[in-house]
Amino acid sequence: MIELNINGRTHAIDADPNTPLLYVLRDHLALSGAKFGCGLGQCGACTVMVDGQATFSCLTPISVLPGRRIKTVEGLGTIEQPGPLQRAFIDEQAAQCGYCIAGMIMRAQALLEKNPSPSEAEIRRHMMPNLCRCGTHMRILRAVRRAAERMRVAAAHEAKPSDS
Amino acid sequence: MNLRMILAGSMLLGVLALAGSIDRPLVAAAAEAPERASFDAALVAKGAELAAIGNCRSCHTQPGGAPFAGGLPLSTPFGTIHSTNITPDPDTGIGRWTGEDFLRAMHEGVDRAGRHLYPAFPYDHFTRMSALDVAAIYAFIMTRDPIRAEVPANRLRLPAGFRPAIAVWKALYFEPGEYRPDASRSATWNRGAYLVEGLAHCGACHTPRSALGGEIKRQDLGGGEAERWHASSLTETSPAPVPWSADALYDYLRRGHEQRHGIAAGPMAPVAHNLSGAAEDDVRAIAVYVASRMQRPASAPAAAADAVIASARERETDAASRVTSKNAASAVDGADVFAGACAGCHGAGPASPSAAPVALGLTTSVNAPDSRNAIHIVLEGLWPEPGAKGALMPGFAGELTDGQVIALIDYLRARFTDRPAWTDAPERVKEIRQAMQSEP
Repeated sequence: MIELNINGRTHAIDADPNTPLLYVLRDHLALSGAKFGCGLGQCGACTVMVDGQATFSCLTPISVLPGRRIKTVEGLGTIEQPGPLQRAFIDEQAAQCGYCIAGMIMRAQALLEKNPSPSEAEIRRHMMPNLCRCGTHMRILRAVRRAAERMRVAAAHEAKPSDS
Repeated sequence: MNLRMILAGSMLLGVLALAGSIDRPLVAAAAEAPERASFDAALVAKGAELAAIGNCRSCHTQPGGAPFAGGLPLSTPFGTIHSTNITPDPDTGIGRWTGEDFLRAMHEGVDRAGRHLYPAFPYDHFTRMSALDVAAIYAFIMTRDPIRAEVPANRLRLPAGFRPAIAVWKALYFEPGEYRPDASRSATWNRGAYLVEGLAHCGACHTPRSALGGEIKRQDLGGGEAERWHASSLTETSPAPVPWSADALYDYLRRGHEQRHGIAAGPMAPVAHNLSGAAEDDVRAIAVYVASRMQRPASAPAAAADAVIASARERETDAASRVTSKNAASAVDGADVFAGACAGCHGAGPASPSAAPVALGLTTSVNAPDSRNAIHIVLEGLWPEPGAKGALMPGFAGELTDGQVIALIDYLRARFTDRPAWTDAPERVKEIRQAMQSEP
C-alpha cells in the first residue's frame, strides 16, 4: 500500500509502485480531470501539481510521491464554486474540445501561486510545455491573465481591512 | 598553491602600477563610421555566416531581447558582467566605431575609447582571426538594425572591478597574433584549426581555467565548464564511448544531435543552432580538426565501436541487467525511479514513432567525469531552440525530490556504463536546483 496526499486527503493505494500517478488518479480514485494525451511528457494534458510544481502525472510513478502534496484540478473548486482560474477559463470560453484544459489550468495555477503578477513573457514561457490541438492558446493566455488580475484584486481586498 | 597566489599577488601589485599607462588612446578620433549602405552585400553575407560560427548572438542578446543589443548577465567567478550592445546604435551601441576600432577590439581587447575589455569577450581567441574575416563580421554587425539599449552596470569584485587590472590579466594570459598555419596539414585541417582557436573560441568553455580565469594552455580543449555545465574534453580524453569521427561531429554541430553520442544541450544548444546557419565547409573543417584532436594514440578499430554500440543497446533493453542503487538518505531505489519515470521512452522498444532517444550508455553526459550534465538534463529536460525543431525531453524537477534524483543519477551511471560511480551528485543537485530557482 502506498499513501498519497491528494487535494488535502490521504488515500491508501494498492498498486504497483511503478504505476503512473495519472492511472491511479483516473482508475483508482475517479479523479478524471487530468487526461492521458501522449504518455511521454510531451503534451501536458496530464499536468497536476506536486509540492506546488506543475508535473506530468503520466511520467510520475507513485513510488516517488509518499509524503508529498498532490493537487489536481478537482482540488481548485467545484461546479458550483469554481476557483479563480476555473472561473476565468469559463469567462474567456477558453476550452474548445477541452481535453487539454485541466492540464493548462494546473500549469497556470503553479505559476500564479509562485508569481501572482507574471509578465506576458513569463506566462508564455511557463505555459510552453502544454499543447492545445484546437488552437485556443490566445484564449487560454487571456484566461490566465484574467485569473491573475482577479487573484491580485482579491488579495488586495483581503489585505485592506487589516491595514486600516 | 600558496606560492602561486603570492606570485600572482605580487605581479598584480607590480603591474597595477603600470596598468594605467597601458590603456590605449582613441585611434583616429576624427574618423567616421561608414554609412550602412556602403557595405558590400557579399561581405555582409560572409560576415553573417562567420558571426554564426562566433556565436556572437548568444552572449550579446538577452532572452527575448533584440538580437545583438546586449545586456545578458554573465556570472563569472569575479562577479556579474553584462554583455554590451553591439548593434550600430551611435550612443548605446557601436554605431560610431570604425573598422579599425572594431579590428583593434577583436585583436587587442581594447574598446573604442582605449579601455581594456574584460576577457569574457574572448579576444584571446579572436586575435587569431584574419583582418579580412574581422572586416566581414564588422560589415554584418554594422548593417543590423540599430537598437537603443543601455546595458546594466557590471557588478564585479575588486580587483576585477578596476578596469586597468585587466592589463595584468593580459600580461599573464593574452598572446596576440593571427593564426599561423601548419604546413604539414591539409587546407581543411588548417581552416578548422583557425576557426576553433579563433572565431569559434571553443577553448573558452572546453579548456580548463586557472584561478585567475586564464585558459590553461597545456590542457587546451581538455574539458572545462560553461554556466555550471561541464564542457567535454575535445582531446583524446573525450569520454565518448564511441570515438567521434569527423562525420559524426559534423552532424552533431550542424543538427544538434548525433545518434551515437548525444544531443547538444545547455550552452552547447545555441552553438549548434547557430552553426546550422554557418558555411557548410567551415563546419566540416571544424569537425575535421576536432576529430584529429580527439584521436586516441591507438585508434580503436571500427569493430570495437560496433561492440560498444551493441553493448549499449543491450543495456537499454535488458531488464535483467537492473542494478540496484539504494540511496541511504532517502531509501529510494534508482531502478524504481527509472522504471516509472524514464523507461517509457528510454526502454525496450520505441515508445512511439516520435521518441527515438540516444542509447543512454552512448551519451557523453552519462559517461562524463562528473554528474553535472546528467543532473541538468534530468531536472531541466531538453528543449529545442526557440523556433527550431529538435529533441524534446521533459524535465523532472517537479516530479523528483533531491534524493530521488541522486538515486536515479547513480543508477544511470551503474547500469549504463562501466565507469566508477559519481560521488558528486548530492552537492551538484543542490547547486543546480538553486540556480534554477534564481533564474527561472
